[in-house]
Amino acid sequence: MTDLLAHLMEVTATTLLDVLPIAIILFVFQAFVIRRKPANLKKILIGFLYVLVGLSLFLVGLEEALFPLGKAMAKMLTNPDFLGIATGEPGHWDDYIWVYVFAAAMGFATTIAEPSLIAVSLKAQEVSGGTLRAFELRIAVAFGVAIGVSLGAYRIVSGTPLPYYIMAGYSLVIIQTFMASKSIIPLAYDSGGVTTSTVTVPVVAALGLGLASAIPDRSPLLDGFGLIAFASVFPIVSVLGYDMLIRWIRGRRKQPQKERRA
Amino acid sequence: MNKALLGFLKLVGGAVRDLSPIVLVVAFFQIAVLHQPFPNLDSIIVGLVCVILGLAFFIQGLEMGLFPIGEALATAMTRKGSLIGLLAFAFMLGFGTTIAEPALTAVAAEAAEIAGQAGAIDDTSAAKGDYAIGLRVTVAVSVGAALVLGVFRILVGWPIQYFIIGGYILVVIITIFAPPEIIGIAYDTGGVTTSTITVPLVTALGVGLASTIKGRNPMLDGFGLIAFASLTPMIFVMIFGMVA
Repeated sequence: MTDLLAHLMEVTATTLLDVLPIAIILFVFQAFVIRRKPANLKKILIGFLYVLVGLSLFLVGLEEALFPLGKAMAKMLTNPDFLGIATGEPGHWDDYIWVYVFAAAMGFATTIAEPSLIAVSLKAQEVSGGTLRAFELRIAVAFGVAIGVSLGAYRIVSGTPLPYYIMAGYSLVIIQTFMASKSIIPLAYDSGGVTTSTVTVPVVAALGLGLASAIPDRSPLLDGFGLIAFASVFPIVSVLGYDMLIRWIRGRRKQPQKERRA
Repeated sequence: MNKALLGFLKLVGGAVRDLSPIVLVVAFFQIAVLHQPFPNLDSIIVGLVCVILGLAFFIQGLEMGLFPIGEALATAMTRKGSLIGLLAFAFMLGFGTTIAEPALTAVAAEAAEIAGQAGAIDDTSAAKGDYAIGLRVTVAVSVGAALVLGVFRILVGWPIQYFIIGGYILVVIITIFAPPEIIGIAYDTGGVTTSTITVPLVTALGVGLASTIKGRNPMLDGFGLIAFASLTPMIFVMIFGMVA
């Protein structure tokens, strides 16, 4: 228990350090440029306190409960003994099936819990007047991350160059941009950067490093990177795809009605 | 029971829902795939309670503090009509939040290690330190520049896809010329830079600006600042890798 408290204090200090530059910038602009006290100052300050306490508790809990298990799992799943591959042998790409499944499941699950994605999707629901559901948007993003991280794991196993995949992802995004509704495009682009934050990055990075160090001829330093990039491109594809899917379903629902009226 | 407590309990319920996928995935792999027992179950449960309470507090604080201040700033800045002030604020917000970002510090140190091994810089700790700081400043400047460009786009109301697709094409062109060892890092920095506190603040700022300025639609013009902030670091870091 004392360990936990000490840990909590440490993380709170780091989070405070994280918030400090933002607080200073906000204060300077409030005091010297705007020169007016914001309304509800007390409420805003309490809100900041909640954010600080909440984020610290969140991080401590993750580090106590989930990260050690997630990282240990990533290590075990990429171990040649578990995969049934003789040590030093590269193995075949389909020896790693469980790794891809784990990558997809973890990518999905960590994205659903990602606080910055919750923030953006709440804002999107508010701005769209409720036509866009926050939870549906988060599921669409999580699907993208799942596909991205899984594909990224396959890339490390197969040793194919990273830029090819990212460029293929970009091409998809560009094509979809011409087909999606205008109002979803900025939000879809945003979802790429939002997904990879507090919860997703540590687990996904551990998986990349574990894979790259378990497979011979892969350098953890060179090949371990790139999974985050996958997790940032594919949510754009899946959110644009979600928009296209919804419009297709609505279009199908409308059509029979029209026929009936005629 | 009072209303505030009831509201908070609702947030706790939401947090339980948001975390259940992780718990299920971890339990499934631990039991069904790896056939492992759960080590120190009590600390896991304490940890989970912390995570759930933490998420509930964070979201409460988001609605009370981060969103209102972002929007209030946007409104105050537009009312003042100071373009330079607004752009300076955007730059400082991007630069200030990125330079101190712990994830970036870790990535920069590893990148310096790679550059030392690849022979791009001297394999000494002084050279690697310089390289890591150079990289961090590069990324921070790129995020600052991204927010300036993104805010400017909201003000003039140009469609975002021209900027992002143009940015993609730039990334592709620079990838051809960049040293191979920097490419993975450059692509990853795009995702690493946007932290949990910056994202809500920047989103509220963008949406606030688009709602205050006449003729702008918050859905079309308010979002997209994060997209800029995850694209420019890739371009800047690869250029840094070519120059350094």
